[in-house]
Amino acid sequence: MSEYDAANDSAGPLPSGRSFVDTVARTVETPDLDQPFLELGLKDDEYTAIREVLGRRPTQTELAMYSIMWSEHCSYKSSKVHLRQFGDLPKGDRMLVGMGENAGVVDVGEGLAVTFKVESHNHPSYVEPYQGAATGIGGIVRDILTMGARPVLVMDPLRFGDADHPDTQRVLPGIVAGIGGYGNCLGLPNIGGEVVFDPTYQGNPLVNALCLGVMPVDRIQLSAARGVGNVVVLLGAKTGRDGIGGVSVLASATFDADGPTRRPSVQVGDPFMEKLLIEACLEMYDAKLVEGIQDLGGAGLTCALTETAAAGKSGMRAHLDRVPLREASMEPHEVLASESQERMLAIVTPQNLPAVLAIADKWGVLATAIGEVVEGDRLVVEWHGEVVVDVPPGSLADEGPVYERPYSRPADQDELQSTDLPAYPRTDELQELLLRMVASPNLCSRRWVVEQYDRIVLGDTVLAWPEDAGVVRLSESGLGIALSTDGNGRYTRLDPYAGAQLALAEAYRNVAATGAVPIAVTNCLNFGSPEDPDVMWQFAEATRGLADGCRALATPVTGGNVSFYNSTAGTAINPTPVIGVLGLLDDVARRTPMGFAEEGESVLLLGETRDELGGSEWAWAEHRHLGGRPPAVDLDRERVLAEVLVSGSRDGMLSSAHDLADGGLAQSLVESALAKGIGARIVLPADMDPFVQLFSESAGRAVVTVPRSEELRFTEMCDARGLPCTRIGVTDGSTLDVQDVLSLPLEELREAHERTLPALFGPLAGGTAPSDPVATAPATGAV
Amino acid sequence: MTARIGVVTFPGSLDDRDAQRAVRLAGGEPVALWHGDADLQGVDAVVLPGGFSYGDYLRAGAIARFAPAMTSVVEQARRGLPVLGICNGFQVLCESGLLPGALTRNAHLHFVNRDQRLRIESTDSAWTNGYESGQEVVVPVKNGEGNYVASTEVLDELEASGRVIARYLGTNPNGSARDIAGIRNERGNVVGIMPHPEHAVEDLIGTAGTDGLVFFTSVLKALVDA
Repeated sequence: MSEYDAANDSAGPLPSGRSFVDTVARTVETPDLDQPFLELGLKDDEYTAIREVLGRRPTQTELAMYSIMWSEHCSYKSSKVHLRQFGDLPKGDRMLVGMGENAGVVDVGEGLAVTFKVESHNHPSYVEPYQGAATGIGGIVRDILTMGARPVLVMDPLRFGDADHPDTQRVLPGIVAGIGGYGNCLGLPNIGGEVVFDPTYQGNPLVNALCLGVMPVDRIQLSAARGVGNVVVLLGAKTGRDGIGGVSVLASATFDADGPTRRPSVQVGDPFMEKLLIEACLEMYDAKLVEGIQDLGGAGLTCALTETAAAGKSGMRAHLDRVPLREASMEPHEVLASESQERMLAIVTPQNLPAVLAIADKWGVLATAIGEVVEGDRLVVEWHGEVVVDVPPGSLADEGPVYERPYSRPADQDELQSTDLPAYPRTDELQELLLRMVASPNLCSRRWVVEQYDRIVLGDTVLAWPEDAGVVRLSESGLGIALSTDGNGRYTRLDPYAGAQLALAEAYRNVAATGAVPIAVTNCLNFGSPEDPDVMWQFAEATRGLADGCRALATPVTGGNVSFYNSTAGTAINPTPVIGVLGLLDDVARRTPMGFAEEGESVLLLGETRDELGGSEWAWAEHRHLGGRPPAVDLDRERVLAEVLVSGSRDGMLSSAHDLADGGLAQSLVESALAKGIGARIVLPADMDPFVQLFSESAGRAVVTVPRSEELRFTEMCDARGLPCTRIGVTDGSTLDVQDVLSLPLEELREAHERTLPALFGPLAGGTAPSDPVATAPATGAV
Repeated sequence: MTARIGVVTFPGSLDDRDAQRAVRLAGGEPVALWHGDADLQGVDAVVLPGGFSYGDYLRAGAIARFAPAMTSVVEQARRGLPVLGICNGFQVLCESGLLPGALTRNAHLHFVNRDQRLRIESTDSAWTNGYESGQEVVVPVKNGEGNYVASTEVLDELEASGRVIARYLGTNPNGSARDIAGIRNERGNVVGIMPHPEHAVEDLIGTAGTDGLVFFTSVLKALVDA
């Protein structure tokens, strides 16, 4: 410590030596002490509001708690007014628990319920890629566990800067290894997600993590602390100095170049402890030993104590000196702010306490009674007999500031939307174009990433990457779910309202392509700074689009997460709402995979292709062009398409189904052909430019294959529902042949499709050559 | 009478329920065993499942070998109890001294999960007697520490005595010596295998097919024949 620092410390308003702790009693003696609220991220009027709530100045510890709980990350103070639209949506007849709890819960039949949610861990993953991404998994898994569910799968939508940019080289390998390292060790299959490259995410990668859990309907747990005399039990890891300031420092401020110096704000994960915590909690739930439970995530004990007390409208007394510490010199505000991972807070009756401690002991999980539910409505925290916190818990948890941030349409929006697209290529250039496109970073094979994830543990994975959606069996009856996450920052930049709906529509379509009925939505809204009116306009438009879209598709929003302040060097990321759609399959045996299944089957294009290349992968990959308008949204069409895909699967008419999205028809055909090594002969209708037919990204489309014997029945069903259905070819041989346009052997396409990520990030594990028959031909397996 | 096959759950075991399901699909009765309990409940055979027992702390399998259940497993295996160690279970068997050699970090340092072609090299074990010798099968591999190592003498001895039970075909996924995927003890009752046969037991699940089921039907046959 320099002399300057030392002098500063001793002269500072709140000395932080171990011998001194600011108590409620002391606030009376020093009512007008200068407090460092600005440094803690609180505004003048917020500090004044705290003083009004308490009727005195806050203690040092209280001030730290308010600064955390009133941060953007915890309070949703900028987004709340917009998120209310989701709460106003019709709930449908399946929603058991909606927004507000840790994750929404949906009834899936057979006495089972499913809970799922996606969250961001963007800034920690930039600062420390491995631990940031790992603890992102850990955090979302605890959210799901908190609801009473056994976590059964994870998915990771990831976005990076340009694939060959040094920052991407720095963060991607660590982020992928962290997701694998934590998720694999927890025994959760990673069944899908996204990997997207765009310079807008340079220096601010998006690391979103989704988890889904399943439980008997009667095992749903809630977070409320009720029952005077009940015991507050802290379960799991010891509390250390790691992660202090995670939500206020990392998640609620714009990022700058000193990111890596903030490593102490990133938590360090221990997946083994989390696995034990999962098993211990589930055993406690099954034995009905827990009255209320809350995970410790962002804002640690501060958040868990205030939220359980506030939810139960109860008083609570906690004894911080009983919290097991990794570092004995920790001060009360540090204990309360620590984001040490793998911890849960349970509310237990005194009668059940011995049984809870016994289960914790069986699993080797530390369990400590640190407080009790008391009369009244105050949260009182003691430290070695002195009161350091005495607050109404609701003032921290629910009654934080709410802002109507100003917003305005960005000045460049009109210009952006009216930009002309580059000239389209000639037909004789399309063969070479296709080879470049399937090798481009956003369309190439994700094998390098997904082979580092365990996709099959738990033995219920029916479909996983690279399928349109992951499908997992929930019960031996065959009941199962499908899940897809999608987002397109370019579309959303061009038109936030449409972009959010396109993301929703794509996830919805992906789920339906497997044969599942879409039933519910979660979302992770990644945006720039809410203090920027341009960004706030994007946010307002995107949430409005998403709410309208969910109403039209009758898919309620069960919960979600907002991540603001995603920008570097003053430039916001492309607005990126990532939408997760949950679908239900009554029998997973009738799922439809995306790969061509047999030779000699008819290839049918469902939906209409229009000249829509604004924001397309072609414009970006070939010309680094972003302008124009994204594809038109027609949610009625999406509904009809989904109904046809589900009916086709139910009636056993479909051999394969694959949605059309980034890269258009061309990409979809290549992926379906490479899946099992079965090619196709395609004849495009003569009335439209072959380039547009192959690369347009018009929404509401899918390619299906049907056996000849089912073709008439299927096309009649499409006619009856008014869904355009065009026969464009037949599956055949080991070449993808588009008559008069291109003809490419699958091996050549495979080589192009597979080489990109290994060339950028190092050889595949074991140095698998793309020609390896098992590793590359999923007819016998592999990804 | 249905054979009762125990599956030991250690703290951090992950594929224990999957192994139980494989036993059931093969026609056996799975019995859940707990690492802290030395009583194996009179089971006819034992599976040590995949996962990260004790977080793989110290070394994969190094702590699990001291579990009370393992003391009983080692003792009864020496008397002929069929034992199959899958992935982490294979690591535990090596740490316990029931099988020679060790499993170290994958040569490429990445966790890898993919469907893997194998050749069954020896059908002379309680867990592979249902295969044809030389049969090619597809079973998923998923590990971070599956790189089998042993001294040249041990490797030569394993080869000479026909104790390599399966070898990787195509790409060796983890750098294992002589492409070894699995080995057995002299008697043939103890088998360690790095890939996961319990994840290749249902056509509907995963992408590998059902080649792995034979490990479990083999032991049922061995128990009837015994």
